[in-house]
Amino acid sequence: MNIWIAIGLTAAGCYLAKLLGLLVPAGVLERPLVQRLAALLPVALLAALTAQQTFGDGQHQVLDARAAGLAAAAVALMLRAPFLVVVGSAVVVTAVLRAVL
Amino acid sequence: MAEQTAPPQSTGVPDARVTGPDKPDSAVVRDALGVGIAVGLSGFAFGVTSAGSGLTLLQTCALSLFVFTGASQFALVGALAAGGNPYTAAAGAFFLGIRNAFYGLRLSQLLALPRALRPLAAQWVIDETTAVTLPQPTRRAARIGFTVTGFTLYVLWNLTTLAGALGAEALGDTGAWGLDAAGPAVFLALLAPMLRSGTERVTAGLAVLLLLGLLPVLPAGAPVLVSALAAPVVLFLRGRGKDPDETRPEAPTTPREAR
Repeated sequence: MNIWIAIGLTAAGCYLAKLLGLLVPAGVLERPLVQRLAALLPVALLAALTAQQTFGDGQHQVLDARAAGLAAAAVALMLRAPFLVVVGSAVVVTAVLRAVL
Repeated sequence: MAEQTAPPQSTGVPDARVTGPDKPDSAVVRDALGVGIAVGLSGFAFGVTSAGSGLTLLQTCALSLFVFTGASQFALVGALAAGGNPYTAAAGAFFLGIRNAFYGLRLSQLLALPRALRPLAAQWVIDETTAVTLPQPTRRAARIGFTVTGFTLYVLWNLTTLAGALGAEALGDTGAWGLDAAGPAVFLALLAPMLRSGTERVTAGLAVLLLLGLLPVLPAGAPVLVSALAAPVVLFLRGRGKDPDETRPEAPTTPREAR
Protein backbone atom coordinates (compact mmCIF):
# COMPACT_ATOMS: atom_id res chain seq x y z
CA MET A 1 0.00 0.00 0.00
CA ASN A 2 2.81 2.35 0.92
CA ILE A 3 4.40 1.70 -2.45
CA TRP A 4 1.18 2.59 -4.24
CA ILE A 5 1.00 5.85 -2.28
CA ALA A 6 4.52 6.69 -3.41
CA ILE A 7 3.71 5.77 -7.02
CA GLY A 8 0.54 7.85 -7.00
CA LEU A 9 2.24 10.91 -5.52
CA THR A 10 5.18 10.67 -7.89
CA ALA A 11 2.96 10.21 -10.96
CA ALA A 12 0.74 13.15 -10.00
CA GLY A 13 3.65 15.43 -9.09
CA CYS A 14 5.71 14.66 -12.18
CA TYR A 15 2.71 15.01 -14.49
CA LEU A 16 1.75 18.37 -12.99
CA ALA A 17 5.34 19.61 -13.40
CA LYS A 18 5.25 18.66 -17.08
CA LEU A 19 1.83 20.24 -17.61
CA LEU A 20 2.74 23.41 -15.73
CA GLY A 21 5.47 24.21 -18.24
CA LEU A 22 3.06 23.92 -21.15
CA LEU A 23 0.32 25.98 -19.49
CA VAL A 24 1.93 28.92 -17.73
CA PRO A 25 2.73 32.01 -19.73
CA ALA A 26 6.39 32.37 -20.68
CA GLY A 27 8.19 34.68 -18.31
CA VAL A 28 6.84 33.36 -15.06
CA LEU A 29 9.57 30.74 -14.72
CA GLU A 30 12.12 32.58 -16.82
CA ARG A 31 13.84 34.41 -13.98
CA PRO A 32 17.56 33.63 -14.17
CA LEU A 33 17.88 32.54 -10.55
CA VAL A 34 14.93 30.15 -10.85
CA GLN A 35 16.36 28.73 -14.06
CA ARG A 36 19.80 28.22 -12.62
CA LEU A 37 18.42 26.51 -9.54
CA ALA A 38 16.28 24.26 -11.72
CA ALA A 39 19.37 23.30 -13.72
CA LEU A 40 21.50 22.65 -10.65
CA LEU A 41 18.93 20.72 -8.60
CA PRO A 42 19.13 17.55 -10.75
CA VAL A 43 22.94 17.69 -10.52
CA ALA A 44 22.81 17.59 -6.71
CA LEU A 45 20.08 14.95 -6.63
CA LEU A 46 21.72 12.65 -9.17
CA ALA A 47 25.10 12.91 -7.43
CA ALA A 48 23.50 12.11 -4.06
CA LEU A 49 21.51 9.22 -5.51
CA THR A 50 24.61 7.80 -7.18
CA ALA A 51 26.52 7.92 -3.90
CA GLN A 52 23.64 6.46 -1.90
CA GLN A 53 23.08 3.52 -4.21
CA THR A 54 26.81 2.83 -4.56
CA PHE A 55 28.06 3.30 -1.00
CA GLY A 56 24.89 2.95 1.04
CA ASP A 57 23.55 -0.16 2.75
CA GLY A 58 20.58 0.88 4.79
CA GLN A 59 22.01 3.53 7.09
CA HIS A 60 25.62 2.39 6.77
CA GLN A 61 28.35 3.38 4.38
CA VAL A 62 29.91 0.36 2.72
CA LEU A 63 32.54 -0.26 0.09
CA ASP A 64 31.64 -3.34 -1.93
CA ALA A 65 31.52 -4.68 -5.48
CA ARG A 66 29.13 -1.91 -6.54
CA ALA A 67 31.93 0.65 -6.23
CA ALA A 68 34.00 -1.28 -8.75
CA GLY A 69 30.96 -1.49 -11.01
CA LEU A 70 30.48 2.25 -10.80
CA ALA A 71 34.15 2.81 -11.60
CA ALA A 72 33.69 0.66 -14.71
CA ALA A 73 30.70 2.78 -15.68
CA ALA A 74 32.77 5.93 -15.21
CA VAL A 75 35.47 4.57 -17.51
CA ALA A 76 32.84 3.66 -20.10
CA LEU A 77 31.45 7.19 -19.86
CA MET A 78 34.88 8.70 -20.41
CA LEU A 79 35.24 6.50 -23.50
CA ARG A 80 31.90 7.87 -24.71
CA ALA A 81 30.33 4.44 -24.73
CA PRO A 82 26.60 4.18 -25.45
CA PHE A 83 24.22 4.37 -22.51
CA LEU A 84 23.46 0.67 -22.43
CA VAL A 85 27.18 -0.20 -22.49
CA VAL A 86 27.77 2.12 -19.52
CA VAL A 87 25.07 0.42 -17.47
CA GLY A 88 26.05 -3.04 -18.72
CA SER A 89 29.69 -2.64 -17.72
CA ALA A 90 28.68 -1.69 -14.17
CA VAL A 91 26.45 -4.76 -13.92
CA VAL A 92 29.01 -7.18 -15.36
CA VAL A 93 31.93 -5.93 -13.23
CA THR A 94 29.81 -6.06 -10.08
CA ALA A 95 28.58 -9.57 -10.85
CA VAL A 96 32.04 -10.90 -11.70
CA LEU A 97 33.56 -9.43 -8.54
CA ARG A 98 30.83 -10.99 -6.39
CA ALA A 99 31.33 -14.36 -8.06
CA VAL A 100 35.10 -14.25 -7.54
CA LEU A 101 35.25 -12.85 -4.00
CA MET B 1 14.53 6.80 -19.34
CA ALA B 2 14.01 10.05 -20.16
CA GLU B 3 17.03 11.64 -18.75
CA GLN B 4 19.67 10.21 -20.93
CA THR B 5 19.52 12.99 -23.40
CA ALA B 6 22.17 15.60 -23.86
CA PRO B 7 21.98 19.29 -24.54
CA PRO B 8 20.83 19.98 -28.06
CA GLN B 9 23.61 22.45 -28.68
CA SER B 10 26.42 20.19 -27.55
CA THR B 11 25.28 16.75 -28.56
CA GLY B 12 21.80 15.64 -29.28
CA VAL B 13 20.82 15.04 -32.80
CA PRO B 14 23.66 15.47 -35.23
CA ASP B 15 21.55 16.51 -38.20
CA ALA B 16 19.39 18.96 -36.36
CA ARG B 17 21.92 21.75 -36.16
CA VAL B 18 23.43 21.61 -39.60
CA THR B 19 20.38 21.33 -41.80
CA GLY B 20 18.69 24.41 -43.12
CA PRO B 21 15.13 25.61 -42.75
CA ASP B 22 13.96 23.26 -45.51
CA LYS B 23 14.78 20.17 -43.52
CA PRO B 24 12.80 17.26 -44.95
CA ASP B 25 10.29 15.46 -42.73
CA SER B 26 12.15 12.20 -43.20
CA ALA B 27 15.29 13.67 -41.63
CA VAL B 28 13.31 14.80 -38.60
CA VAL B 29 11.72 11.38 -38.28
CA ARG B 30 15.14 9.74 -38.49
CA ASP B 31 16.50 11.94 -35.69
CA ALA B 32 13.47 11.21 -33.57
CA LEU B 33 13.53 7.46 -34.13
CA GLY B 34 17.24 7.30 -33.33
CA VAL B 35 16.75 8.84 -29.91
CA GLY B 36 13.42 7.16 -29.25
CA ILE B 37 14.66 3.65 -29.98
CA ALA B 38 18.04 3.92 -28.26
CA VAL B 39 16.68 5.38 -25.04
CA GLY B 40 13.44 3.44 -25.16
CA LEU B 41 15.37 0.20 -24.96
CA SER B 42 16.96 1.26 -21.68
CA GLY B 43 13.57 0.80 -20.02
CA PHE B 44 14.81 -2.76 -19.63
CA ALA B 45 17.29 -1.54 -17.02
CA PHE B 46 14.48 0.17 -15.16
CA GLY B 47 12.25 -2.90 -15.23
CA VAL B 48 15.02 -5.07 -13.83
CA THR B 49 15.98 -2.54 -11.17
CA SER B 50 12.41 -1.94 -10.07
CA ALA B 51 11.54 -5.63 -9.82
CA GLY B 52 14.86 -6.26 -8.07
CA SER B 53 13.96 -3.54 -5.56
CA GLY B 54 10.87 -5.49 -4.57
CA LEU B 55 8.14 -3.75 -6.57
CA THR B 56 5.54 -5.96 -8.20
CA LEU B 57 5.11 -6.26 -11.95
CA LEU B 58 2.02 -4.06 -11.82
CA GLN B 59 3.78 -1.38 -9.73
CA THR B 60 6.78 -1.38 -12.04
CA CYS B 61 4.65 -0.99 -15.16
CA ALA B 62 2.47 1.66 -13.50
CA LEU B 63 5.58 3.76 -12.89
CA SER B 64 6.64 3.69 -16.53
CA LEU B 65 3.10 4.34 -17.76
CA PHE B 66 2.20 7.17 -15.42
CA VAL B 67 5.46 8.74 -14.25
CA PHE B 68 7.38 8.33 -17.52
CA THR B 69 10.49 10.26 -16.61
CA GLY B 70 13.41 7.95 -16.02
CA ALA B 71 15.47 9.56 -13.28
CA SER B 72 12.38 10.02 -11.11
CA GLN B 73 11.44 6.38 -11.60
CA PHE B 74 14.89 5.10 -10.70
CA ALA B 75 15.04 7.46 -7.72
CA LEU B 76 11.68 6.29 -6.40
CA VAL B 77 12.42 2.57 -6.54
CA GLY B 78 15.88 3.19 -5.09
CA ALA B 79 14.46 5.16 -2.17
CA LEU B 80 11.77 2.55 -1.50
CA ALA B 81 14.33 -0.25 -1.64
CA ALA B 82 16.48 1.62 0.88
CA GLY B 83 13.55 1.65 3.27
CA GLY B 84 12.44 5.23 2.82
CA ASN B 85 8.86 6.14 3.62
CA PRO B 86 6.58 6.78 0.63
CA TYR B 87 6.52 10.55 1.16
CA THR B 88 10.27 11.21 1.22
CA ALA B 89 10.70 8.74 -1.65
CA ALA B 90 8.08 10.55 -3.73
CA ALA B 91 9.54 13.95 -2.81
CA GLY B 92 12.97 13.01 -4.18
CA ALA B 93 11.41 11.69 -7.39
CA PHE B 94 9.28 14.82 -7.73
CA PHE B 95 12.24 17.18 -7.29
CA LEU B 96 14.00 15.37 -10.12
CA GLY B 97 10.90 15.82 -12.28
CA ILE B 98 10.69 19.58 -11.78
CA ARG B 99 13.08 20.28 -14.64
CA ASN B 100 10.44 18.99 -17.06
CA ALA B 101 8.40 22.11 -16.28
CA PHE B 102 11.22 24.19 -17.73
CA TYR B 103 11.39 22.01 -20.82
CA GLY B 104 7.64 22.49 -21.21
CA LEU B 105 8.08 26.25 -21.18
CA ARG B 106 10.49 26.10 -24.08
CA LEU B 107 8.49 23.53 -26.01
CA SER B 108 5.25 25.42 -25.51
CA GLN B 109 6.51 28.40 -27.49
CA LEU B 110 7.95 26.21 -30.22
CA LEU B 111 5.08 23.76 -30.69
CA ALA B 112 2.21 26.24 -30.13
CA LEU B 113 -0.14 23.40 -29.28
CA PRO B 114 -3.90 23.99 -28.98
CA ARG B 115 -4.87 24.18 -25.32
CA ALA B 116 -6.99 21.04 -25.59
CA LEU B 117 -3.96 19.00 -26.70
CA ARG B 118 -1.63 20.21 -23.97
CA PRO B 119 -2.75 17.83 -21.21
CA LEU B 120 -2.09 14.94 -23.60
CA ALA B 121 1.25 16.24 -24.85
CA ALA B 122 2.43 16.96 -21.32
CA GLN B 123 3.22 13.34 -20.51
CA TRP B 124 5.86 13.33 -23.27
CA VAL B 125 7.67 16.46 -22.05
CA ILE B 126 10.98 14.90 -21.00
CA ASP B 127 14.70 15.21 -21.69
CA GLU B 128 14.75 13.27 -24.94
CA THR B 129 11.77 14.89 -26.63
CA THR B 130 13.15 18.29 -25.65
CA ALA B 131 16.60 17.45 -27.01
CA VAL B 132 15.13 16.43 -30.36
CA THR B 133 12.50 19.16 -30.63
CA LEU B 134 14.38 22.34 -29.64
CA PRO B 135 16.93 22.37 -32.49
CA GLN B 136 14.31 21.84 -35.24
CA PRO B 137 14.24 24.74 -37.72
CA THR B 138 10.48 25.01 -38.25
CA ARG B 139 7.28 24.52 -36.25
CA ARG B 140 6.29 21.65 -38.51
CA ALA B 141 9.64 19.91 -37.95
CA ALA B 142 9.40 20.56 -34.20
CA ARG B 143 5.93 19.03 -34.04
CA ILE B 144 7.02 15.97 -36.02
CA GLY B 145 10.15 15.57 -33.90
CA PHE B 146 8.22 15.88 -30.65
CA THR B 147 5.47 13.47 -31.70
CA VAL B 148 7.68 10.77 -33.20
CA THR B 149 10.20 10.87 -30.35
CA GLY B 150 7.47 10.92 -27.71
CA PHE B 151 5.46 8.10 -29.27
CA THR B 152 8.47 5.83 -29.97
CA LEU B 153 9.92 6.40 -26.53
CA TYR B 154 6.63 5.92 -24.68
CA VAL B 155 5.81 2.64 -26.42
CA LEU B 156 9.33 1.19 -26.19
CA TRP B 157 10.00 2.38 -22.64
CA ASN B 158 6.85 0.66 -21.41
CA LEU B 159 7.41 -2.55 -23.36
CA THR B 160 11.03 -2.85 -22.23
CA THR B 161 10.00 -2.06 -18.64
CA LEU B 162 7.63 -5.01 -18.78
CA ALA B 163 10.32 -7.22 -20.31
CA GLY B 164 12.85 -6.15 -17.68
CA ALA B 165 10.47 -6.80 -14.80
CA LEU B 166 9.61 -10.24 -16.16
CA GLY B 167 13.28 -10.96 -16.73
CA ALA B 168 14.18 -9.96 -13.18
CA GLU B 169 11.54 -12.30 -11.77
CA ALA B 170 13.02 -15.12 -13.82
CA LEU B 171 16.54 -14.28 -12.64
CA GLY B 172 15.68 -14.44 -8.95
CA ASP B 173 18.36 -12.75 -6.83
CA THR B 174 19.21 -9.67 -8.89
CA GLY B 175 22.10 -8.82 -6.57
CA ALA B 176 23.98 -11.96 -7.57
CA TRP B 177 23.80 -10.76 -11.18
CA GLY B 178 25.17 -7.35 -10.25
CA LEU B 179 21.90 -5.72 -11.23
CA ASP B 180 21.85 -3.51 -8.13
CA ALA B 181 24.72 -1.64 -9.82
CA ALA B 182 22.46 -0.67 -12.73
CA GLY B 183 20.69 2.09 -10.77
CA PRO B 184 23.78 4.07 -9.74
CA ALA B 185 25.29 3.57 -13.20
CA VAL B 186 22.18 5.06 -14.75
CA PHE B 187 22.39 8.06 -12.41
CA LEU B 188 26.06 8.53 -13.24
CA ALA B 189 25.34 8.36 -16.97
CA LEU B 190 22.65 11.01 -16.56
CA LEU B 191 24.86 13.16 -14.37
CA ALA B 192 28.05 13.08 -16.45
CA PRO B 193 26.89 15.28 -19.34
CA MET B 194 25.56 17.84 -16.83
CA LEU B 195 28.99 18.41 -15.28
CA ARG B 196 29.88 21.12 -17.78
CA SER B 197 31.43 23.71 -15.50
CA GLY B 198 32.92 24.19 -12.06
CA THR B 199 29.54 25.10 -10.60
CA GLU B 200 28.05 21.72 -11.54
CA ARG B 201 31.11 19.79 -10.38
CA VAL B 202 31.27 21.55 -7.01
CA THR B 203 27.54 20.98 -6.54
CA ALA B 204 27.88 17.27 -7.32
CA GLY B 205 30.87 16.91 -5.00
CA LEU B 206 29.14 18.71 -2.15
CA ALA B 207 26.01 16.60 -2.62
CA VAL B 208 28.06 13.39 -2.40
CA LEU B 209 29.80 14.58 0.79
CA LEU B 210 26.49 15.59 2.36
CA LEU B 211 24.93 12.26 1.43
CA LEU B 212 27.75 10.18 2.88
CA GLY B 213 27.90 12.27 6.02
CA LEU B 214 24.16 12.22 6.61
CA LEU B 215 23.51 8.59 5.70
CA PRO B 216 24.17 7.20 9.21
CA VAL B 217 22.32 9.94 11.08
CA LEU B 218 19.13 10.65 9.14
CA PRO B 219 16.25 8.24 8.44
CA ALA B 220 16.18 6.51 5.04
CA GLY B 221 15.24 8.82 2.19
CA ALA B 222 16.05 12.03 4.01
CA PRO B 223 19.80 12.17 3.19
CA VAL B 224 19.12 12.45 -0.55
CA LEU B 225 16.65 15.29 -0.04
CA VAL B 226 18.95 17.21 2.29
CA SER B 227 21.87 16.69 -0.11
CA ALA B 228 19.86 18.50 -2.78
CA LEU B 229 20.50 21.65 -0.73
CA ALA B 230 23.97 21.57 -2.31
CA ALA B 231 22.37 23.30 -5.32
CA PRO B 232 21.08 26.46 -3.59
CA VAL B 233 24.14 26.56 -1.35
CA VAL B 234 26.55 26.57 -4.28
CA LEU B 235 24.43 29.09 -6.16
CA PHE B 236 24.41 31.35 -3.12
CA LEU B 237 28.16 31.04 -2.58
CA ARG B 238 28.92 31.72 -6.23
CA GLY B 239 26.78 34.84 -6.24
CA ARG B 240 23.60 35.08 -8.20
CA GLY B 241 24.70 37.37 -11.00
CA LYS B 242 27.68 35.43 -12.26
CA ASP B 243 27.92 33.43 -15.49
CA PRO B 244 24.29 33.61 -16.50
CA ASP B 245 24.90 31.19 -19.38
CA GLU B 246 26.64 28.60 -17.30
CA THR B 247 23.62 26.60 -16.40
CA ARG B 248 20.73 26.34 -18.77
CA PRO B 249 17.78 24.18 -17.81
CA GLU B 250 16.50 24.22 -21.37
CA ALA B 251 19.47 22.12 -22.37
CA PRO B 252 18.63 18.56 -21.44
CA THR B 253 21.47 16.11 -21.20
CA THR B 254 21.93 14.11 -24.34
CA PRO B 255 21.63 10.43 -24.78
CA ARG B 256 24.92 8.94 -25.73
CA GLU B 257 23.16 6.95 -28.39
CA ALA B 258 22.04 10.09 -30.12
CA ARG B 259 25.51 11.26 -30.88
